[in-house]
Amino acid sequence: MGEISLARALNQALRDALAHDPDVLVYGEDVGRLGGVFRVTDGLASEFGSERCFDSPIAEAGIVGTAVGMAMYGQRPVVEMQFDAFAYPAFEQIVSHVSKMRNRTRGSVELPLVIRIPYGGGIGAVEHHADSSEAYYAHTPGLRVVTPATPADGYSMLREAVEAPDPVIFLEPKRRYWNTAEVETPLRTEPMEQAVVRRAGEDVTLLAYGPMVATALETAEAANETGRSVEVIDLRSLSPFDDTTVAASVRRTGRALVVHEASTFGGYGAEVASRVTEACFHYLEAPVLRVGGFDIPYPPPALEEHHLPHVDRILDAIDRLQWESTWVPAQSPPPERPDATAQHPSRPEARA
Amino acid sequence: MKRTDEQPAPVPPLPSLEPLRLVAPDGSRVSGPAFDSPDHSTLVALLRAMVIGQRFDNQASTLARQGRLAVYPSSRGQEACQVGGTLALAQRDWLFPTYRDCVSLVSRGVDPVEVLTLLRGDWHSGYDAETHRCAPQCTPLATNASHAVGLTYAARRRGENAAALVLMGDGATSEGDAHEAYNFAAVWNTPVVFLIQNNHWAISVPVREQSAAPTLAHKALGYGMRGYHVDGNDAAAVHAVVSHALAEGRSGAGPTIIEARTYRRGPHTNSDDPRRYRDEDEARQWAERDPVQRLETLLRAEGLLDDGEMERIEAQAEQVASRVRERVATDGRPTPSELFSHVYGSAPALLARQRQELLGEIQEG
Ligand SMILES: Cc1ncc(C[n+]2csc(CCOP(=O)(O)OP(=O)(O)O)c2C)c(N)n1
Repeated sequence: MGEISLARALNQALRDALAHDPDVLVYGEDVGRLGGVFRVTDGLASEFGSERCFDSPIAEAGIVGTAVGMAMYGQRPVVEMQFDAFAYPAFEQIVSHVSKMRNRTRGSVELPLVIRIPYGGGIGAVEHHADSSEAYYAHTPGLRVVTPATPADGYSMLREAVEAPDPVIFLEPKRRYWNTAEVETPLRTEPMEQAVVRRAGEDVTLLAYGPMVATALETAEAANETGRSVEVIDLRSLSPFDDTTVAASVRRTGRALVVHEASTFGGYGAEVASRVTEACFHYLEAPVLRVGGFDIPYPPPALEEHHLPHVDRILDAIDRLQWESTWVPAQSPPPERPDATAQHPSRPEARA
Repeated sequence: MKRTDEQPAPVPPLPSLEPLRLVAPDGSRVSGPAFDSPDHSTLVALLRAMVIGQRFDNQASTLARQGRLAVYPSSRGQEACQVGGTLALAQRDWLFPTYRDCVSLVSRGVDPVEVLTLLRGDWHSGYDAETHRCAPQCTPLATNASHAVGLTYAARRRGENAAALVLMGDGATSEGDAHEAYNFAAVWNTPVVFLIQNNHWAISVPVREQSAAPTLAHKALGYGMRGYHVDGNDAAAVHAVVSHALAEGRSGAGPTIIEARTYRRGPHTNSDDPRRYRDEDEARQWAERDPVQRLETLLRAEGLLDDGEMERIEAQAEQVASRVRERVATDGRPTPSELFSHVYGSAPALLARQRQELLGEIQEG
């Protein structure tokens, strides 16, 4: 195929999946005539007909709910949520039914469906168009949550997601839709649930996924100029998490840094940091650090560059990994209470 | 499959404010009904299923009081909806029940003890959904409605003319998911019948605080589908209207909303106290409109039922109840290692490890 974009690779994956399996259906908001607002479904309706790729009413819970019923009856629906924040109306369907149908029915009903969600910021979009919602899904047992970072993975992982026996939340890093690479389809990259070393290095392991993989690679390049050898791992699958690949790398480098766009507090990086610490404690030269977005609502486009992790911020964190106990508590001091004891008459001091 | 004609969709007729009836509350035939009555053998089957269902429901309530079930939401009073709707289904059709619809499942032929698995707390659904063509009982309100739409859409794609019956309560119609499902069903023109059992109460909230629509069936109009308002204590009428709606749906006329007006005689569940929110006179008045009694009176008057037959039906119901009693006490409980068996098609390493961990814990005792 030559040089193609991530969006084009995803489009080709859907086209090949539709051609390969008559039970595959693609639907959602504007995915038919228009080909999706990001054109990921471009041309599929005209090629496969409006029975295979079609527009649905604007109703995310309904889109996912109907996909549940379709999958119960042997179809393989691939539905699109137009933007990350607009998947929230469907959250209940995803959490209460999509993730649990196999379990609720003791395995008698499986739901092979894919929910595609363009996610993350960096494209100058207005509010509700730039959320990184991965932690919500990754926290939900029964879902597989994956995110490709390259056109080749976009193709291969989407084909695999459609063929998977389990529901897959397929997170598409929208700011990378137009990144291109040389790709020959059909191709199969590493299995979907496997993390992949994107760049080998000796001193630090950078753990990234989706939109941050490219940023991590840029950072590694920049670090190289200052004499630091940085390994970059693309996690690819957020759930399940590939402990093996990650631990092997961190045990070698002794230093690990997780990078993601989502707010840091309670984010997916916390899970990664915790798992890495547990698996690599005796090998670590420094605590596992995280670089994520600030703990604020996703900012307006004029300010998003300040929020999103960028090369300099990640380089700074790499510096902090050369651990010399530089940690200071981030919290402000407790609020002043000049006469704290007087307000607590039950305390012995107060009674005295 | 979907409506494609350029012409505006036909305006559906207004649902009647008076509920459709075939049998009056005193058990006499209603004259000049809008629907054909089910035939004699169907009427007897309805009675049998209601008597068995009622006995089962009663037994389950007792088991809940004894602490043998974690909870039980009784459908006492709603037998005509439970049975009338379900017996209208063909074998190839699918049923989408809620937590309150155990009697419906029993009348669909699901093993009564498997129906109670959910409520005993053994598993989220105790029966094989595929085999019985019954989705698992749904607890989040209205969320099962869109599943039925997708399922019937898929069935038609595969050239199978399966329809679906969604059971929902009056309260559930307020949920956004109900709206989305109605709308999808109408736009996709799928053969789904949404049977709203208006039992007048959503836990403690009366239906008049739930909806300002003249009847819940009137909601259908806004979606471009047919709506019917039926007496939910008249099993013959519920069966006739649901059968009609299913048949029309299968022949391409799309979905239907049916409001069946009935009453929840008991508490919301065994742990609810309805005296806190409703007048017991109301419950007493509805008790006089008992759906089982009504059909029994009719069948006796028309010579389709005698004491002997009634005794046989009651004996059958008694047998179901005693089997439930015994087996709820003796049937095996689920094994803990099964916790990890049905999460994914192939268990990720993490779950395999956690399973080992649990098995280790159990072995150590
Ligand atoms: C989404 C959701 N919200 C709240 C509840 C809690 N809840 C359980 S039953 C119920 C009332 C439902 O009333 P109705 O739909 O009329 O059905 P009924 O129980 O009367 O059969 C509520 C609020 C729930 N199960 N799901």
